[in-house]
Amino acid sequence: MLLHSYGFAQSSRWVVQPNGKIPSIKQAIALAEAGDTILVKPGIYREGNILIDKSLVLIGENKPIIDAAFKHEVITVRARHVNISGFKIINSSVASMHDPAGIGAEEADFLIVRKNEFYGTFFGIHISNSHHITVADNTLKALMRSDHETGNGIHLWQCSNAVIKNNFIHGHRDGIYFEFVTNSVIDGNVSEGNLRYGLHFMFSNDDDYTNNIFKDNGAGVAVMYTKNVKMVNNRFEKNWGPSAYGLLLKDIRDSFVENNLFDQNTIGIYMEGTSRTSFKNNVFSKNGWAIKLQASCDDNIFSENNFQSNTFDMVTNGTMVLNTISHNYWDKYQGYDLNRDGIGDIPFRPVNLYAMIVERIPTAVLLWRSFLVFLLDRAERIMPAVTPENLKDDFPRMKPYDFNL
Amino acid sequence: MPRIIKYVFYDILRTRFILLYTMFLLLSTIAMFQLDTDSSKVILSLMNVVLMVVPLVSVVFTTIHFYNSYEFIELMLAQPVNRPVIFLGEYFAVALSLCFAFTAGVGIPMVMYGAGMQGFTLLYSGLMLTLVFVSLAFLSSVLTRDKAKAIGVALLFWFYFSLIYDGLLMWIIYSFSDYPLEKATLVLVSLNPIDLARILMLLQLDISALMGYTGAFYKDFFGSSLGVIFSTSVLTIWILLPVVIALQIFKRKDL
Amino acid sequence: MISIYKLTKQFGKLRALNEVSLDFTLGKSYALIGPNGSGKTTLIKSVLGMVIPTTGKIEVDGANIKNSWLYREKIGYMPQIGHYPENMRIGQLFDMVRNIRKDPPLLDEELMEAFALTAIQDKRMHTLSGGTRQKVSAALAFLFNPPVLILDEPTAGLDPVSVEILKEKIQQEKDKGKLLIITSHIMNDLDELATEVVYLHEGNVRYNNSIAELKDITGETRLGKAIAQMIRSLEKKVIPEAINLK
Repeated sequence: MLLHSYGFAQSSRWVVQPNGKIPSIKQAIALAEAGDTILVKPGIYREGNILIDKSLVLIGENKPIIDAAFKHEVITVRARHVNISGFKIINSSVASMHDPAGIGAEEADFLIVRKNEFYGTFFGIHISNSHHITVADNTLKALMRSDHETGNGIHLWQCSNAVIKNNFIHGHRDGIYFEFVTNSVIDGNVSEGNLRYGLHFMFSNDDDYTNNIFKDNGAGVAVMYTKNVKMVNNRFEKNWGPSAYGLLLKDIRDSFVENNLFDQNTIGIYMEGTSRTSFKNNVFSKNGWAIKLQASCDDNIFSENNFQSNTFDMVTNGTMVLNTISHNYWDKYQGYDLNRDGIGDIPFRPVNLYAMIVERIPTAVLLWRSFLVFLLDRAERIMPAVTPENLKDDFPRMKPYDFNL
Repeated sequence: MPRIIKYVFYDILRTRFILLYTMFLLLSTIAMFQLDTDSSKVILSLMNVVLMVVPLVSVVFTTIHFYNSYEFIELMLAQPVNRPVIFLGEYFAVALSLCFAFTAGVGIPMVMYGAGMQGFTLLYSGLMLTLVFVSLAFLSSVLTRDKAKAIGVALLFWFYFSLIYDGLLMWIIYSFSDYPLEKATLVLVSLNPIDLARILMLLQLDISALMGYTGAFYKDFFGSSLGVIFSTSVLTIWILLPVVIALQIFKRKDL
Repeated sequence: MISIYKLTKQFGKLRALNEVSLDFTLGKSYALIGPNGSGKTTLIKSVLGMVIPTTGKIEVDGANIKNSWLYREKIGYMPQIGHYPENMRIGQLFDMVRNIRKDPPLLDEELMEAFALTAIQDKRMHTLSGGTRQKVSAALAFLFNPPVLILDEPTAGLDPVSVEILKEKIQQEKDKGKLLIITSHIMNDLDELATEVVYLHEGNVRYNNSIAELKDITGETRLGKAIAQMIRSLEKKVIPEAINLK
């Protein structure tokens, strides 16, 4: 038996190698004591389900492959202080009842999952009832299957103080899934090409998600039933489809949506039941609808945003205006600035008549930019009949803000 | 035929209208690019030019030209020249000069300022619409001997395709709003060359919004080579059909 | 040379030509006369293929002219009012027509020279007076030395000197054995230039014979009077209303 001691009385280091003394990870786990390190040499390890039930550090050298051959969860963690780093974790089973994952962890506080690659796993990383966990620098790519045959990339349930950082997630149902996760940070991740949401976020208060890129996801990003979320510096791009949103906000309070880029989404932000939230310094460009504001939203502030090249800037289903819109740049603004203070002298109404018609009859979008619509729009501007009279920006900026997003 | 085209072409160039049209397009395009740094905003303004002004100018200029060419046609008819050669010579000369004006007026600034795929689609739509409305104008010109009437008919074509048709389409969309209409509207849109050109532009400028309604259907359709063939064929039919009918009438027309 | 069989042309309700049958023979010179609206121009335009007959047919050199155009090589046409592309210069116009007639045979530029058109070849058509236009039309009609000449009011609007030049030219061509079809309201001109007379009235051929014969029958020595006499005699028989023969 090869045994390296590092001078720590209790900590030992075990080496797993395909043709070595310890050829299997399971064997090493059985031999190791809590606090030990297991170094896994390159190779392919097909050992069914690997259960880690004590505090261990598993380190893969040159990405050894752990393959569950579509029959099991690949790695199951049932202990605190586990670190799994540097593996290529592939081919978990697919099941709808118990959500098998590449790494499935429960009650695994202080778990660290770093620098792993996940291919063909049902769920990538599935963590529940765990606190102070770190999931960083992982790559997760699911086999593109239909919605119900694919699980979520990074799935957290009932956790707190989690850090989800610099991961790349592709082809899952939801890229990152948060439910009852608090005081956590999602930072620098790229979540793209997922079947449903790039980020699916519910009942998770006091979280920040920053510097992420959510691109080309089936339905964009959904943040629901939550308060006090900071959404800063993210990019929401190319979320295209009949119900695709850059960002879907539902029942959100006291939150911040700042410095984000919403580019080429069918709907930039769709919001209902949202209140006391600040939308500031964002760029909305080339979206079908930059913002769909449902009447159930109040006390929100939209200020100092850039609206550029959107088909429609804003649409709403109500006539009451309970939100503040000011000091935004609207590229559709045709007013003037006689006193040269950079602010247009007449208000801008971001809700356009035809956008309201398209709300009711989606097919009508096909007539957009026709002469007919042009005339309708002019008529509406002269005599507003359908668009809400008070939904306006009294201080429209003449020039776009330079946000460098 | 090349000889006829040459002479009609010279004649058109001498009226200076084409020159003015080219300058108008050139100056307004350059002005738009100068005033706006965002090239897709410029494309948007140019799109209105392409969908409104280009068909209108094409249809009116062609009709007026045809009536001003009566002398030439009469002169040619006394010579050993085939009627279709005269007619098609006129057609090609007018079509070429208007296409030239459009390409020079809009194309050159776009190359100068770099407008990419959107610009290319715009140029393509503009050229196709020019040809379609030249054809429609030839048809209206052979339908009646009266210049004013022919201009009236030509304007009616323009008015119909740029406004009335869309009104009817809107009514259909409204009446059948409960049904899935993607494929039906695709057909209806194809029946109006201006709408078809507009949809090609929408796919460039408003793809995000369009995806909201049709999902990927329109994008996949028009983005595929089949869609390119389809839209080009439909527009080509819109070009050829009026010319062929007009030619048949012209062959039997008393001058 | 040109044979017309039962030619009918209907313009809406108006019947411009009614079963007209005529033969124009090479070597003869025809005066085509009749009141305004009698169908002279329609007949000429039908022969040229500008007007498409409702029924009947026209043969040139034994071939039906329907859907053919090459036969027009054999015809020089001088229209009543010459319509030309307004922006063209005279020189360009001649170049163009020569260019369009693919292999021009021996050109006859006699009239161009006689009318001194080369000297004003840089003038644009729209600047020309009616007379000068007529000169251009005449020069174009004779330019290609065609065997058939159809002249619609050739002398109208020309100054006396030019009239003489043109008449001399017509005479000359006639003597060469060409077929001439001339319409005119100036009987003296026709007297000099024509050998035959065709009288059209309301689309019907009322008289078709040689001028000599006509003079003989009526006992008049001048064509004008002979025709007036003929019309009067026709009137007595069939035409109730007065005819305005200028």
